[in-house]
Amino acid sequence: MARVVVDVMLKPEILDPQGQAVQRALPRLGFDGIVDVRQGKRFELELDGPADEAALAKAREIAEKLLANTVIEEYTVTFGPTLADQAVPSGQAAD
Amino acid sequence: MPARIGVVTFPGSQDDQDALRAVGLVGADPVPLWHRDPDLRQVDAVVLPGGFSYGDYLRAGAIARFSPVMESVVAGAREGLPVLGICNGFQVLCESHLLPGALIRNGGLHFINRDERLRVESTATLWTADYAAGQEIVIPIKNGEGRFTADERTLDELEAEGRVVARYLDNPNGSARDIAGIANAAGNVVGLMPHPEHAVEELTGPYPGPATDGLPFFTSILKQLVAA
Repeated sequence: MARVVVDVMLKPEILDPQGQAVQRALPRLGFDGIVDVRQGKRFELELDGPADEAALAKAREIAEKLLANTVIEEYTVTFGPTLADQAVPSGQAAD
Repeated sequence: MPARIGVVTFPGSQDDQDALRAVGLVGADPVPLWHRDPDLRQVDAVVLPGGFSYGDYLRAGAIARFSPVMESVVAGAREGLPVLGICNGFQVLCESHLLPGALIRNGGLHFINRDERLRVESTATLWTADYAAGQEIVIPIKNGEGRFTADERTLDELEAEGRVVARYLDNPNGSARDIAGIANAAGNVVGLMPHPEHAVEELTGPYPGPATDGLPFFTSILKQLVAA
């Protein structure tokens, strides 16, 4: 199994009013010094094959066709931890 | 035989019945089309109505674009089939790449529901020929993701080719260059965020009027089809 993570963000030149609304809420909560917030989407794809270049290529094709609208958004694809990996959280011993 | 104008119903469409009614009011034959059926039932034109197709999941219009009926609509539009996308329908047309640009979250984040003053900028499309160039009209808007955006080059192209169909007189949402609607290069495909199908009758149109400024979208296409 392979897990591919697709992160989709609005292009930098596109105004992100949702991110701005989040940023404006932060000082009220006592978080100072946050100069910008951008909000995006994260997709986690589970693939039944190995975590190889072909898996990344397939995820890129999916992102290009459906997950991102490349008129306004850009995306990155990376490998993520599979469900099997997550069964043993890092830093903890299995029973 | 009256011209047949189809209206697509997607799961989550809301204004399909209003669009069918508007089509019937001007004397065309309203034909319901179904998202899962690629058969366009020999219609002469198609309206993609407003609403929240597929719950607006992912992005507004993103999933509707891949429905079976849209494969036929896209193929037809490329061969000249007249298509009008209203609100969510406009979003579907952009996602289908039949029209350039995209519609994103309104500048103020609010869902805006009000009567909107527009200026008709182009009467060279199949859907706007019955207006006078520069005519000011009142048509309702109701959307949360209606801010038209495109890169500067695309915007310049739209302006230079006369493909800006309508502009807001009081830009409600930060749309680039006050754009409310655009057309493709051939003029058979038009996308519009305001809802002309909600401004076709005295009883239910904008109050205190003018109440029927949306009618010419439907009379325009009918005349074109009858003349063809």
